Amino acid sequence: MGTSFGRGGATTFQQDLQHSDCIVIMGSNMAECHPVGFQWVMEAKLRGATIIHVDPRFSRTSAVSDMYVPIRAGSDIAFLGGIVNYILQNGREFREYVERYTNAATIVSAEFEDTEDLDGLFSGFDPERGVYDVTTWQYEGAGDTGAAAGQRVRHFETDAALGERHGSHGALPGGRPRHRDPTLQDPQCTFQLLKKHFTRYTPEMVEETCGVPREQFLRVAELLCDNSGPEKTAAFCYAVGWTQHTVGVQYIRTAAIIQQLLGNIGRPGGGILALRGHASIQGSTDIPTLYELLPGYLPMPHPGDEDLATYIDNNSSPTGYWGNMDKYATSFLKAWWGDKATPENDFCYDYLPRINGDHSNFRSVLDMLEHKVKGYFVIGENPAVGSTNSKLQRLGLANLDWLVVRDFVEIESAAFWYDSPEIETGELRTEEIPTEVFFMPAAAHTEKDGSFTNTQRLLQWHHTAVEPPGDARSDLWFAFHLGRIIREKLAGSTDERDRPILDLNWNYPTQGAIEEPDAHMVLREVSGYDADNKAVSGFQDLKADGSTACGCWIYSGAFAGEVNQTARRKPHQDQNWVAPEWAWAWPANRRLLYNRASAKPDGSPWSERRRYVWWDDAREEWTGYDVPDFLTKKRPDYKPPDGAQREDAIAGDEPFIMQADGVSWLYAPSGLRDGPMPAHYEPQETPFRNPLYAQQHNPVRQTYRHRYNPYHPSNGQVGSEVFPYVFTTYRVTEHHTAGGMSRTLPYLSELQPEMFCEVSPELAAERGLVHNDWATIITARTAIEARVMVTDRVTPLLVQGRTLHQVGLPYHWGTKGLTTGDSANDLIPLALDPNVHIQESKAATCDIRPGRRPRGPALLALVEQYRRRAGLDGAESRRAAAKEHDR
Amino acid sequence: MSMTLPPKTPSGGRDPAAISGWAQHPDRVGFFTDTSICIGCKACEVACKEWNEVPDDGLNWLGQSYDHTGELGADTWRHVQFIEQRKRPGTADEGLDAPLIEHVPLAQLGREEGFRWLMSSDVCKHCTSAACLDVCPTGALFRTEFGTVVVQADICNGCGYCVPACPFGVIDQRRGDGRVWKCTLCYDRLKGGFEPACAQACPTNSIQFGPLDELKVRANRRVRQLHEQGFTDARLYGADPDDGVGGLGAFFLLMDEPEVYRLPPDPVVPTRDLPAMWGAAAKAATALAVATVAAFMAGRR
Amino acid sequence: MGIGERFAAWPVVRQLLSGDPHALGAAARSPRSAALTPRTTTADRVVPSICPYCAVGCGQRVYVKDERVVQIEGDPDSPISRGRLCPKGSATRQLVTSPSRETKIKYRRPYGTQWEELSLEQAMDMIADRVIATRHAGWQDVDEDGKPLRRTMSIAHLGGATLDNEENYLLKKLYTALGAIQIENQARI
Repeated sequence: MGTSFGRGGATTFQQDLQHSDCIVIMGSNMAECHPVGFQWVMEAKLRGATIIHVDPRFSRTSAVSDMYVPIRAGSDIAFLGGIVNYILQNGREFREYVERYTNAATIVSAEFEDTEDLDGLFSGFDPERGVYDVTTWQYEGAGDTGAAAGQRVRHFETDAALGERHGSHGALPGGRPRHRDPTLQDPQCTFQLLKKHFTRYTPEMVEETCGVPREQFLRVAELLCDNSGPEKTAAFCYAVGWTQHTVGVQYIRTAAIIQQLLGNIGRPGGGILALRGHASIQGSTDIPTLYELLPGYLPMPHPGDEDLATYIDNNSSPTGYWGNMDKYATSFLKAWWGDKATPENDFCYDYLPRINGDHSNFRSVLDMLEHKVKGYFVIGENPAVGSTNSKLQRLGLANLDWLVVRDFVEIESAAFWYDSPEIETGELRTEEIPTEVFFMPAAAHTEKDGSFTNTQRLLQWHHTAVEPPGDARSDLWFAFHLGRIIREKLAGSTDERDRPILDLNWNYPTQGAIEEPDAHMVLREVSGYDADNKAVSGFQDLKADGSTACGCWIYSGAFAGEVNQTARRKPHQDQNWVAPEWAWAWPANRRLLYNRASAKPDGSPWSERRRYVWWDDAREEWTGYDVPDFLTKKRPDYKPPDGAQREDAIAGDEPFIMQADGVSWLYAPSGLRDGPMPAHYEPQETPFRNPLYAQQHNPVRQTYRHRYNPYHPSNGQVGSEVFPYVFTTYRVTEHHTAGGMSRTLPYLSELQPEMFCEVSPELAAERGLVHNDWATIITARTAIEARVMVTDRVTPLLVQGRTLHQVGLPYHWGTKGLTTGDSANDLIPLALDPNVHIQESKAATCDIRPGRRPRGPALLALVEQYRRRAGLDGAESRRAAAKEHDR
Repeated sequence: MSMTLPPKTPSGGRDPAAISGWAQHPDRVGFFTDTSICIGCKACEVACKEWNEVPDDGLNWLGQSYDHTGELGADTWRHVQFIEQRKRPGTADEGLDAPLIEHVPLAQLGREEGFRWLMSSDVCKHCTSAACLDVCPTGALFRTEFGTVVVQADICNGCGYCVPACPFGVIDQRRGDGRVWKCTLCYDRLKGGFEPACAQACPTNSIQFGPLDELKVRANRRVRQLHEQGFTDARLYGADPDDGVGGLGAFFLLMDEPEVYRLPPDPVVPTRDLPAMWGAAAKAATALAVATVAAFMAGRR
Repeated sequence: MGIGERFAAWPVVRQLLSGDPHALGAAARSPRSAALTPRTTTADRVVPSICPYCAVGCGQRVYVKDERVVQIEGDPDSPISRGRLCPKGSATRQLVTSPSRETKIKYRRPYGTQWEELSLEQAMDMIADRVIATRHAGWQDVDEDGKPLRRTMSIAHLGGATLDNEENYLLKKLYTALGAIQIENQARI
C-alpha cells in the first residue's frame, strides 16, 4: 500500500465499511478473526450491500456473505488480475478519477520490458544474484538526475519496500515525472502498459489457475464494477491470507490497482482495509521493532549513508512530504541524544548502527544455529509455536548462550529445553542444551499505562487499573531499568562504542513502589517538543536545525497541547460518525487517508451520497467530516510554480501528498523488488505449473537452503506426487495466535479443545479419513497429528483439469496450556516475499493419512521415509534441491 | 379447565409478572436472537460465563461442526449451534432476482443440493407458562418483575423436579453441586439497569435485548426483509403468545424448520393441565374431608 | 418485628397479600435475590482500557473492587466496538486474573534440568551483565570497505506487536544505542 498510495496503513477505518455498496473479503476470515470489526460489514449488509468472500475455505465469514467463491490457495493474483483485465477490456474504469488522481498518464522509460516480452520476467533480472536492477522500470526522464540517482536506486532496492506495511513511499529520485499523455493513448504510458500486461488474465485463465468457474469470477467482477463510480463505492478487506506468500506484497498491489481504476481510494465506503491480528501490530511497525526501520519509517542507515546529509539526501525526495525528511531525522536524533546531539556532531548521527543485508528474524535464527547470535530477547511472542518452521526456531533457542522470555505464562518458547517435539524424538536432550533461560512474568494491559495502535492507525490509551502481581512488570519497566543498570555498569567507560548508550537521553520519571516509568512522558517524547520544552502540535512544527525533538514524526501531535490525545474518550454518540474526538489517529488525526480524492478535481463532492471532504469556497478551505488529508488552505486550482519543493510541489488536485508526483501508482516505478506490476507466480510448493508464464516462481523470492528447511519438489518434478495436497493455515475465533493468551484459559479452551484438520468428504474418502478420528499430516519438515473434521465447507477444486484437495490447519496449538496439540507451523518451509521478508505460510504441499503420528524416534523415521520417496535424501536430495532452486 | 395464561399487553404480548405479585413492574423484557446474522463467534457463551461465574463445561472434543460444548446445561447457559446443511437457502427461483448466495461450484462437485452453515445461539426461553416454575416445590424458581424465570441458588435443594418438566431440556443439575442452574437473563444486571452480558457482547447484534413487545416489532420487520430477499424459510420461533407455552421470553428468527435447530416444533408446557388436575384433586380432597367428617360425626353418635 | 409484620412475612400470608397466590413470583423471591445488585455498580472504580487481543481495538471498561479486577466488559462509548466484545475479549478478566499466570522469575542455568528461583533484582543484574559481555563478543566496527558499522551481531530480539507503543519505543531506543540491530516482531510472522 505504501508503494501505491504513499503510506503503509489501512486507507480507511472499520466504521466506514458500513457505507460500502460492495465489500470483497479476500485473504481474510474477518468474521472469525475480527468479529467485532465485522459488525460494520453486517451493517453494510443490512443496508443492502453485497458481501463477497473469496477464500480456500468456507468459514464463518462465508456463512454470512452473499457470495462465497472457493479458490486455490496461492492463486489470488490471477483472480485479481482477471478483474483488472475485465475493467480495462470493458472500459469499466472511473475515467476521470484515473486520469486525474493516478499515474495512468505517466510515460515509462522506453527501456522497460514487461513479462509479456520476457515470458514472466521484467527487464533487469540478474539470474546470477537473483535480483532485479530496477533502472529500466523508472519513469521516462528519471535518469536525468545524474550520479546521485544510482545511490538512490540502491536505497529503493534494499529498503524501500516494506510493502503494505511501509509507512511512506512514493519517493522518486528525479522528483516529478516530466512526460505525460493525458489522453492515455501513448503505448508507454502506465495505463497502456497495465492493459497490455493483464491482457492474458482472461476469465478462462482465472478458471485454469484458481479453480474458479469463469461465470462465478465474472459475477464478482461485475458486482465490483456495478458498485463503484461517483455514486457508489466498494471496499476490500484483507489480512495475512494475502501477505503470507512469496508474492504477498504484489497481492495487495493488485487490489490497489483495482481500487485505483474503480476510483475507490480516499472515498467513504471505499478503500483497502488491512486487518491486523495483534493489538499493536501497526504500532510495532510505526515505532518499529524491525531491523530496517527507525521510528516513523525513517530507514536504518547503511554504510553508504556516511553522514546525516547523505543519509537524508539518499532517502528523501525533492517533492512531496518526503521533502521534509531533514526535519524528521534531526528531530528524531534530538529525541534520542538530547543535548548531546548538536549541529557540530551531526546530531549524533554516527551513533546509529548500520545495516547492510538481511537481518530479519529468520536470518537471525539461522545465525543462532551457527552460534553467531548468542543472546536473545523474546518479548510477548512465542516463536516455538507461532513462527514458520518452528523446529528451526526451537533448535535455535537450544543453541544460545542466554535467552530472556517475557510473557504471562510459561510458554513453549520458555519450556523448549524440557518440553518440545525435539525432546520427544530425542533430537535434543535437556542436559546437553547450553541455553541459560530467564523467564520473566509480564504485566497485563490492565496493570500498566500505554497506547496500542489498532488496525486503522488509531492510537488508543489503556490505563493502569491494578498493580501487577509479584515480580510481574511491564515491558516499559523492563526496558527502562535494563537500560539504567547497563548505563550504571558502563559509567565512566572511555570505550568509544559505549558513547551512544551513555549519552542516551534516558531520564524518564518513575512512580510508585515498583518505580514504573511514566508512559505519558514517553509518549510526549514520541510526539515531540520544542526548544522551550513545550509539546509540539504536529509534524509541521518540526525543524531541521535541532530546535525540536520528536521520537516518531508520524505520531507527532499525539501529545499536542500537553494533553495525551490518545486517551480521549468522547462517546461516539456525542459526535459525528467519523468520531474524530475518540483517541488519535496518525497522521494528524486523519481517519480516512487521501480523502481529498473524495472530491472532484474542482473540490466539489463526486456525489451527494458519497460526500466526505470538500472545498468550501466561502471559507477558502477544505472541510468535511474528517480532518482533510491535504493542506487545508491549498486551493483546488493551485498549480505549483517551477522549482517548487516539498509539499508546495503538489498541485491542488493531487490527493496523494506523500507521493513525489501527488498521484497514486497504478505502475510502481520504484519501491518494489519483484516488479512494477503484479504477476502471478506459483507458491514455492505447488502441484501445478504456472499457466501464465514459463517463469514458475517469483524469481526474486527469498529461500533458505538448510537441512532443516527442505522444499518439496513441485509441479510434476520427480517426487512431487509424494505430497499431492495443498494445505493452508489459519486462526479460529476461539483462540489467539500461538495460544499463550487463549489455550491457558478454560472459557476459551473448552470452545476449541483440540488441534484439528479440515478436509472434504471427497478427500476423506480418498484417504480413508474418519470424522472425529485422527489424521497425520506429513511434509519433508515433519509430521503432525490432528483430529479429523470432515466437512462440506472444504471443497475440491478443478485446476488445470485435475482435482485439487486442500487441507485446512489452524495453527494455535503447542505443548503447554490447558489444551495441547501439534503445531501446524512445524510443517511450513521458510520461503519469503523479497520485499518484506514475510514467509509463505498460506500455501504449501503435504500428504495426509489416517491415524495418529508415530511417537519418539519413529516420527523421524516416518518423515525420513517420505523424504526418500520424494528424492530429498542424500545425493538425490541435493540434486532435487538444486533443481528446485532453478529459477 | 386449562392453564391460566397471563393477561395480554396492549401490543398483544403476555405479561406474566402481572399475575405473579408484581403490582408495579417494568415492561417484560427478553431476547430476540436473529440467527440470520449470527457469526458463531461464541462471545455470548464466554460473556455469560464471565459475568455469572459459571464453571467451564469440560474440554471435550465433540466435533459437532465447530460446537464442542454440546447443549445448554448447568455449565453452559448460552450455547451456539453449528448446522452444516446441504441445502440451497430459500426457495426462490434461480435467476437475476434470486438471492446472491452462490456457494460451492456445484456443477463441478456433484453437490447440486447446495450448502449452507447455520449458526444459532440458544438460551433459556423464559416461557410465559414455565413448567420448571410450576413444579418447583421449594420456591427456588420464581417469576421476576421483568417477567423472566430465575433459579435462586440459596433456596434450591437439588430435588430436580424441574429438569424433566422443561420442554426444551434447558434446566440442568450441576455435577458435584446437585442444584439446578440456567440463564437468569442476568437478573442482577437488569436490576442495575444494564442489559444481559451476552447481548452486550454480541458483535453483530444477533442477540438483541429489550422489551419483548418492541423486539417483536423489529423481528417481524426483519422476517419481511428476508422474505423479500428470497429467504422464504425465515420464520420466527416462540413469538406467538397463543402457542403451547404462551410465547417465549427469548424468541428466535430461524432460517429453517425448528427441528433443524433441535427445537421442538410445537412446545407445550407439560403442566398445562395442572390447574384442572389441582381442581380435581381439590374436589377429591373436599369429598374426602366431608366423608371423614361425616364418619367422625357418625362415630360420635 | 411486631406481631403484625411477622404475620405478614409468613409465606402463606405473603403470597395471599402480594397477589401471588401460587407463590411463583414476588412471594417466592428470597432476601438474597431481592438484595442482588450488579457488581459493576459496587466497584471501587472503572478504568477505561483497550482489548489486548487483536487489532480491532475494542474499548473495554475494567471494574476494580478491593484492588482486584472483578469485571471487564465492552465500552459502549467506543465508536469502533460500541460496547461489544468477541469471545477472547469477553474472556479478558479470566486472562488477567488467571491462576496460570506466572508471578515469579524462573531461571534455568546452562545444561540445567529444572527451573530455579531468582529474585527480580538478581535477574535484572545478570541480564545486564550478559548483554554487556555478549555485545562486545559480536561487535563490528567497520565493514570490509572500512565504513562504519558500529554494531553487534550477537544479540537479537523478537516481539512487539502485543506491546505498547511506548514499550516498543524504549526497547528500540535501548537496543539501537547498544548497537543491536536484529530487532524483529510479529509484523512479519
